[in-house]
Amino acid sequence: MTRNSDQPAAVKNTVVSIAGWPVQRVFRLLEYPFSKIQKGVGIQGMPWIFLLPNLLFFGIFVVIPLFINFAFSFTGGTELFLSNRVYTGTEQYRFLLECETFGDPITCREDRFWKGLYNTFVFVFFQVSFLVLFSLITALILNREIRGRGFFRAVFFFPVLLSPVVVALIWKWILLRDGILNAFLVSIGMDKILFFVSPEWAMFWAVFVSIWAHMGFYTLILLAGLQAIQPDLYEAAEMDGTSKERVFWRITLPLLWPNLLVVVVLALIKGVQVFDEVFVLTGGGPGTATQFIVQYIYNTGFTEQVQDFGLASAASIVLGVILFVLTMLQLAVTRARDNG
Amino acid sequence: MLNFKRILATSSMVATLAATSALAETELRMMWYNDGNESEVIQSIIDRFEANNPDISVVIDVVPYKSIMESLPIQLAAGAGPDLARVTDLGGLSKYYMDLTPHISNSDYWEASFGPFLDWLAPDSDRISGFMTQLTVTGPYVNKTFFEQAGVAMPGDGATWDEWAAAANDVAGKLDIPIPMAWDRSGHRVSGPAIAMGAKMFNAEGEPALVDDGLKEMTQRLYDWHQDGTMTKELWGSVSGSSYLGANEDFANGQVVMYMSGSWQIGQFSGTIGDAFDWWAVPAPCGAAACTGMPGGAALVAMKDTKHPAEVGKLMDFLAQEENLAEFYGKNLFIPGHLKLATGGVDFATDDVRAKHALSTFAGAVPKIAPTAFDLQGYPNNRIMFNALISRLNEAIVGELTLEQAYVRMEEDIAKQLAAKALE
Amino acid sequence: MADPGADTKNLASVVFARRGRKKMHWTDIFSYVYLAFGIFLMFGPVLWLGMSSFKTRAGLLEFPPTFFPLGQIEVQVEGYKKPLLLFDVQMDDGSTKQLAQIRRIGIVSQMVDPKNPSEKFKIPIGQRTKVREFRMAWENYRDPLERFNFLVFLKNSVVVTVVATLVTLLINSMAAYGLSIYEFRGRNAIMLFVIGTLMIPITVIMVPVYLVITNLGMVNSLWAVILPGAATPTGVFLLRQYMLTIPKELIEAARMDNASEWTIFSKVVLPLAMPAIAVLAIFSVMWRWNEFLWPLIVLNRTEVYTLQVGLNAFQGELDVQWHYILAMTVVTLIPVALVFAFLQKFITTGIASSGMK
Repeated sequence: MTRNSDQPAAVKNTVVSIAGWPVQRVFRLLEYPFSKIQKGVGIQGMPWIFLLPNLLFFGIFVVIPLFINFAFSFTGGTELFLSNRVYTGTEQYRFLLECETFGDPITCREDRFWKGLYNTFVFVFFQVSFLVLFSLITALILNREIRGRGFFRAVFFFPVLLSPVVVALIWKWILLRDGILNAFLVSIGMDKILFFVSPEWAMFWAVFVSIWAHMGFYTLILLAGLQAIQPDLYEAAEMDGTSKERVFWRITLPLLWPNLLVVVVLALIKGVQVFDEVFVLTGGGPGTATQFIVQYIYNTGFTEQVQDFGLASAASIVLGVILFVLTMLQLAVTRARDNG
Repeated sequence: MLNFKRILATSSMVATLAATSALAETELRMMWYNDGNESEVIQSIIDRFEANNPDISVVIDVVPYKSIMESLPIQLAAGAGPDLARVTDLGGLSKYYMDLTPHISNSDYWEASFGPFLDWLAPDSDRISGFMTQLTVTGPYVNKTFFEQAGVAMPGDGATWDEWAAAANDVAGKLDIPIPMAWDRSGHRVSGPAIAMGAKMFNAEGEPALVDDGLKEMTQRLYDWHQDGTMTKELWGSVSGSSYLGANEDFANGQVVMYMSGSWQIGQFSGTIGDAFDWWAVPAPCGAAACTGMPGGAALVAMKDTKHPAEVGKLMDFLAQEENLAEFYGKNLFIPGHLKLATGGVDFATDDVRAKHALSTFAGAVPKIAPTAFDLQGYPNNRIMFNALISRLNEAIVGELTLEQAYVRMEEDIAKQLAAKALE
Repeated sequence: MADPGADTKNLASVVFARRGRKKMHWTDIFSYVYLAFGIFLMFGPVLWLGMSSFKTRAGLLEFPPTFFPLGQIEVQVEGYKKPLLLFDVQMDDGSTKQLAQIRRIGIVSQMVDPKNPSEKFKIPIGQRTKVREFRMAWENYRDPLERFNFLVFLKNSVVVTVVATLVTLLINSMAAYGLSIYEFRGRNAIMLFVIGTLMIPITVIMVPVYLVITNLGMVNSLWAVILPGAATPTGVFLLRQYMLTIPKELIEAARMDNASEWTIFSKVVLPLAMPAIAVLAIFSVMWRWNEFLWPLIVLNRTEVYTLQVGLNAFQGELDVQWHYILAMTVVTLIPVALVFAFLQKFITTGIASSGMK
């Protein structure tokens, strides 16, 4: 940690001094009303005052829309305003959940919803596993005493700052039939591969590109965890002549566990929400092979001629319930293991 | 540098406009999308209108096509849409259009010039809501140079789809061209040939009945062509749902022998291919029932939520004048959506023989379009049918469904969306 | 190690530097192979995008693609008004000549020798190859930028990014302060709620949010883009975790001195939380700058377009114009690249030191 702390200081000071002045003015202006409020509500009331603006925004732009969304799911038709929509009861849910066997999407009334769910789980499984694996390897390597570590850290991090659309376009341009990857394959004597025609390749690149784009962020979290491990633990192990592999399994991994957990949870949350990246890259194809659940909801609500907000909302609620159940299951499993 | 100045000038103009518009001017908003540079052509015509009507200012908001399809309907539903818009979902948005009749000077001129197209915009009424910024006809292009090099004779007028497919395969085999035949990935494109094969599209009551023997004739062929390599799965297989994909780049790059698309490609091919090879528009191939493509196009329509109906009427009246439309169609190489201009009178701004040939081929195809194709284009919910057709057919082609399952799903998709639409 | 110049020191020392003085372990070799491959994999695609964006439309269609943008040479030949395209031609006698093409008819092209304009040839088109030179297709950038009010879009994007980031920082740091410094009933419930909203994909509630925006009369105003994302659960979570590490004694001491809660927040806690705030600021700037789908729905007037919406306006119904797409992608990428180049160390160490421990 110490060896990094001096680098940003100069930059930080410049940024702070430039941005600082107007900010300080604002804070000073706010001082008076807030001390008045404090007199009114007392110290024990202040946390709510501090929370108020944020909760207000949350309320207006998240909670109210969530309620509208919920209400939408019990209506049908194409009207936008709730008051004009037709109440259909649980019709939308019944439509979504009508399946002969839930294991086989093709037997479901709304096959694309179930395929979307199934594809999302496949994607999340591979994406999260390999994302964590590669982030861990990268963090371990960056934690070694190598030259130009700051530079390498930056190399792996910069795609995090690109927009999903840009990330997808960059890779799409590489993977097209006449793209540079196929040019390379041809130059070493292989045939061109039509990556977006094969379901397996399309899913592979969806996973790959999403790892490419997000790995840097998780690497940094893991790196912070690695750097917090006391060096004397390693020194002691070295004295004892413990092998590197053993050191990794016995010291590094257990101490890194909390960070790994954060990484896994965050990656899971983001993985389920995957949409624009893959949508721009593969268009959800071939067939429906990379069409994920959020894309299904988007298509139903936006791209079809009849914009079916009711069905889209119902699908999002079902998704929410499934995620909630899975989270609870996972918590229960973790607890059971911790206790037992 | 001159360009930079122009940018500065326009941007400061926009700023001043925004500041002064509250005074005396009426500001009209026109949402527009571009395939080429149509917005510049229409802007130059609107400049003349503004010069004649200093109290009205028209602002063109150029948006991605995606906005027209996905955002505009929501904006209109919320009452927050523009005064005018260039749309392609002609009948689907019909309930948001205004009736221009009281605000235009001569409705007889409109009826006489745009007759059949007015019905596309207002299927069940006599309203006049706008005019076609372009009429399109679907049909194939071939790479004539390939045919000459391969020494294969091009099938003539009246040749069937099977004959064309065989010829394209022949050429591709001899010259080692990767893609014998490519079609735009679009339900609209498939519909013309399906009607040629005898698809009726509607039942006796006029309700949608997509799947019949005629349609199966065509979809079975498309399915087989994808399996035997006449068509590449790359184009249709590589996205999902109803996403549009064209093969224009591949065709321009000499990778395709025959390309089923439509008249709107002319301007683009003239620019990108030029004389690199002879791209040649050919008459719509035949099936058992007809030799037809699909009509289509985009229209400029007036929205009923506008606060300035009189001014909108004035503007539409001006834009729809024969000489203005002639200029617009001519500069953009669009097939006229104006009955009189369609028979001549548009001076197309090109000296490319291929473009001229293509324009005359497609314009000549208009009278031969099957009545069913016109009915389908005029049906307000046609996009439901197009989307169901292309997305399910695709899932069959990539092997997720059998063709039989796909047919069942098509019908179900249509029924589902029609039911949702009926709940009003 | 702290010396930034270390990045550029000679490669050999990078390759052979290793832990301790013992013999090379397999992990040493693996590390350097991995890092070298990492550079290639991370930078390569972006470099390729940049190169491709300068190719002409015809150049983009070529296979195999050339690395550098090339354009065909045109020559002015006496007796011809327009410049003619230059080709290397394989002549029937086996020699090669540079000829200019007058026109092409079917599979034969009529050509002329630029040095001797009276001499004409009929050449089968298979015997020509284009003569090319290094040329940047600036028109990919110029055309779309010229067509739009680029400066207006830029201004809107900057306004949205700056205002949204300021609002985000203010309300989220206040909330994080409330959730980290005080013990009060309902605190855990609110934290749970914050984490819960992390899980909602924004796409899913777009239509309801649009309804809210319409009711507030904010359609076609930049506020419609600024406000909805201002209260971000990620921000609250990140800042709160960091503020929890601030020693409680500092706050108690300030209270002893009769400082108001607002003063403690703005003078004591905020300065200490600067690393975390900087991280949130950078993320907020990136989120706002890159936002596309939502502005596309709420902004439909040219004067309020952000760059992401405006630069995509050339995308038509029927034509994928890769030459413009690539160029405009580069344009939107430039500010991100600049921010990153200047603040790179600040960003990465900031996340490492504040990031969710």
